Amino acid sequence: MRHLLSISDLGREGIEELLDLTDSFVEVAERRIPKVPALRGKNVVSLFYEDSTRTRLSFETAAKRLSADTMNFSVSTSSVKKGESLKDTVETIEAMGIDCIVVRHGSAGVPWQIASWVDASVINAGDGWHEHPTQALLDCYTIRQELGGFTDKRIAIVGDVKHSRVARSDVLAFTALGASVTLVAPPTLLPPSLEGWPVDVSHDIDEVLPKVDVVYLLRMQKERQTEALLPSLREYTATYGLTRDRARLLQEHALVMHPGPMNRGVEIAAEVADLPRSVITRQVANGVAVRSAVLFLLLGSGSDLHV
Amino acid sequence: MSELVLKGGRVVDASGTREADVAIDAEGRIAAIGPNLDGDRVVDCGGCVVAPGLVDIHTHLREPGREEAETIETGSRAAALGGYTAVVAMPNTEPAIDSAGIVREVLDLGAKALCDVRPAGAITVGREGERLAPLAEMAALGVRLFTDDGTGVQDSRLMRRALEYASSLGVVLAQHCEDAGLAAGGHMHEGEWSSRLGIPGVPAEAEELMVQRDIALCRLTGAPVHFLHLSTARSVELVRQAKADGLPVTAEAAPHHFTLTHEVVQGYDPVFKVNPPLRTLVDVEAVAIGLADGTIDAVATDHAPHSQEAKEQPFDEAPPGMLGLETALALTLERFPVERALALLSWQPARVAQLAGEHGAVAEGRPANLCVIDPTATWSVDPEKLASKSRNTPYAGRTMTGRVRHTFLRGEPVVLDGEAQR
Repeated sequence: MRHLLSISDLGREGIEELLDLTDSFVEVAERRIPKVPALRGKNVVSLFYEDSTRTRLSFETAAKRLSADTMNFSVSTSSVKKGESLKDTVETIEAMGIDCIVVRHGSAGVPWQIASWVDASVINAGDGWHEHPTQALLDCYTIRQELGGFTDKRIAIVGDVKHSRVARSDVLAFTALGASVTLVAPPTLLPPSLEGWPVDVSHDIDEVLPKVDVVYLLRMQKERQTEALLPSLREYTATYGLTRDRARLLQEHALVMHPGPMNRGVEIAAEVADLPRSVITRQVANGVAVRSAVLFLLLGSGSDLHV
Repeated sequence: MSELVLKGGRVVDASGTREADVAIDAEGRIAAIGPNLDGDRVVDCGGCVVAPGLVDIHTHLREPGREEAETIETGSRAAALGGYTAVVAMPNTEPAIDSAGIVREVLDLGAKALCDVRPAGAITVGREGERLAPLAEMAALGVRLFTDDGTGVQDSRLMRRALEYASSLGVVLAQHCEDAGLAAGGHMHEGEWSSRLGIPGVPAEAEELMVQRDIALCRLTGAPVHFLHLSTARSVELVRQAKADGLPVTAEAAPHHFTLTHEVVQGYDPVFKVNPPLRTLVDVEAVAIGLADGTIDAVATDHAPHSQEAKEQPFDEAPPGMLGLETALALTLERFPVERALALLSWQPARVAQLAGEHGAVAEGRPANLCVIDPTATWSVDPEKLASKSRNTPYAGRTMTGRVRHTFLRGEPVVLDGEAQR
């Protein structure tokens, strides 16, 4: 595999292989010096056209654990500000001799365009509303770690599915692994068409919560009010927020997940975010190991992880 | 004896099909049509169809203002190679064709072109949808079609006034049907693929709402309305009903709307971004049926050149539009028998654009605006070999059947054996 653009590049077997590989990197993280030389001499650049602290840091940490060199192309202080086109920027970066571009962009499809322009590997770190495959992989890893697997598991994804790259990648990944997925959202926050999506839809979170093994909350953005998708965030919280009372509807073993950053008090109550069943910080920790596995899979051909 | 004889071809126009030679006189008029004609110069048309030159009611030539994408010269060369002898140049130039001065500029540049270039005028000043442009002043210079293409006239009251005002000028108003509010922010057809790809969509209803409104305004004012680039099944049905009701409406459709579906967007290549967007298979088939049954009068290219830089942007930042002049004939022949294809590409659009006196017929005494088509020749689309200044064809690598061999503009061979002569 040369690029990781979409979860559908992997399929069930690919996802499982990656999760197995992630186990090795979780082990690396527990070492006194959490570093292996697997990608020594490889150059990984992060090209982020949108602000992101956690994803960018997570990728950089993952690359460093593999001894790769990392570069960070910050759009806000760069030639992009001077009007350089995406293609010129990418070609300039490639001319510096890099092996992998980790890209985030506000427009869907940009990682595909970049992959068609360069020889380097491209990792999609989020493209518009479309996909965020490494987030889905770390979500899968976390669920497998906590619940042992996906067979017969029921997962509710709650919130702004329409505008969510996390939701699109998670739906592909969770269903590929055998879980059943229910999207819970007001109709304005669902994609206009769900043709080809192997999911159920509900507009009643109270009815869904007692049945699920995982409730996955999406970040609710404030501008959805001004776009007339919601009357108010208050009304959203009242009808779809995971309040303290609603959290009591969950089964004993059910997990609460969130891709971050959270809007405490909007899609999730502060107390709920801090409950033991909430594995949100576990997701972040697993993110580094999963991204190490992705980088190793794309760039580490022939090298031995345990050198 | 005539100057030039097109020998051995099959002549096809609105009056039918016959095996005949066509002789052209020194004034560039058709002197004779019949068997065994002789001339100073003979052009072999064996195995070919000799047809009236094609007429495109919807071409973006980009001049003035966007000459990096196309000029009247390069666009007219692409047109001639595609078999066209007349194109209507859309007014969304910079500045817009919204005054007598700009009309004159385009006419002057068009006088040297490889096909007739007839500017369309804007309905409103600057295509801003706020004040009526000087329609009478432009009509006096020969403008016969007015449109704010690229955008629809949103204000229903203003559109009503425009139709009423135009009704005394003998011109037709053409609408780019798109409700701006409903379409806002969209970059492809809203549906299965936009949802999956995470690209904001434009619902079919954004087009249909304005088709419906303008049919109502046509009924109210009695003024003719031409619908540009219809792309949805329900738009076609609305126009079918309006025609059945006897309203003076005409319509066109672009080759990509009966050839490609929204599924091709999945690779995120902005070459497939176009407005109206590529739609579902149901829409594609409905457009083809509308063209076959006479609901839609014409195939129009909506030839919309864009520079490489413009099309190498992210999908939602790239401008909409695709090339069409050099591929329209083959794509229409892919769908329809040659007589029907030529009706849709030549004499029917000539009538809509009020160019039927000069274009759209093979008849003695008429200007020799002709194209000679080899309907069985196959070729592969190579963007680098197109005459357009831009490369944004969605058909790169596609094998086409049917190719223009010669094009004559008032008797002048502007294309011979597939090569532009100037």
